[in-house]
Amino acid sequence: MPETVTFYLFAALAVGASALVIAQRNPMYSVLLLIASFGALSGLYILLDAPFVAVAQIIIYAGAIMVLFLFVVMLLNAPKEDAAEWDRAHPLRAPGVARWGTLLAGLLIVQLTSALMAVNEYNTPVGAQSDATTVNSVADMGRAIFTRHTFAFEATSILILVAMVGAVVLARREDNQ
Amino acid sequence: MIPLSHYLILSATLFAIGAAGVFLRKNLITILLSVEIMLNAVNLTFVAFGRYAGDLDGQIITFFVMTVAAAEAAVGLALVIALFRHRESLNPDAFTSLKW
Repeated sequence: MPETVTFYLFAALAVGASALVIAQRNPMYSVLLLIASFGALSGLYILLDAPFVAVAQIIIYAGAIMVLFLFVVMLLNAPKEDAAEWDRAHPLRAPGVARWGTLLAGLLIVQLTSALMAVNEYNTPVGAQSDATTVNSVADMGRAIFTRHTFAFEATSILILVAMVGAVVLARREDNQ
Repeated sequence: MIPLSHYLILSATLFAIGAAGVFLRKNLITILLSVEIMLNAVNLTFVAFGRYAGDLDGQIITFFVMTVAAAEAAVGLALVIALFRHRESLNPDAFTSLKW
């Protein structure tokens, strides 16, 4: 029972924070709310017996990527997004069209949810078919990454090198004009 | 115990929020943040299915998705900085020409 409560708590936190991320006009608040959303997801990973992913989520996402975003938001002194006149003049903003679109989106959500619920296989508890020890060992995971997935691992390191060089080249100030 | 379908519904909801953010927002940084939300929704699906199948591969692909997300954020933010220098704006509608 406490597990169920924890799941719904973290799920509500993740959905609420993510919804607020795209509802904020100020990118600064968006970044901070996204960190809250990532924290909730990390809690869900713990519930799923994935401690490595949970810790990596905090260190890599909340710790590194979000700091990068925060740094850029502050560096650019990013202006608040103005609700452009484009928004209000757009034909899709007409009340009838908007209501019809909302109705369709709601129907789609109901349809997808009921379809997922209808598959009996997916209604069995997520941890019922296997023991937690088959997935929660960080040692096993490291062994798998460095043996079966060596190529993907090395390819990732090259990707990161290329991304690093690319970022330096792109963000460099052009002095030669 | 939580049924697998609940994790999938949560993940679909997060993905929908991220997709809505990409389409609705007019700020390059918020658009990149929405992409991160979508990547995380997919990660949750991977880990949930991995736990369901009793297989480590779900967590391993999540690890790779995270590294790719880091690379994407670095390049994406470098592009945002370069674009902001040219136009003093983060509105994607300001960058409609191929050359300036």
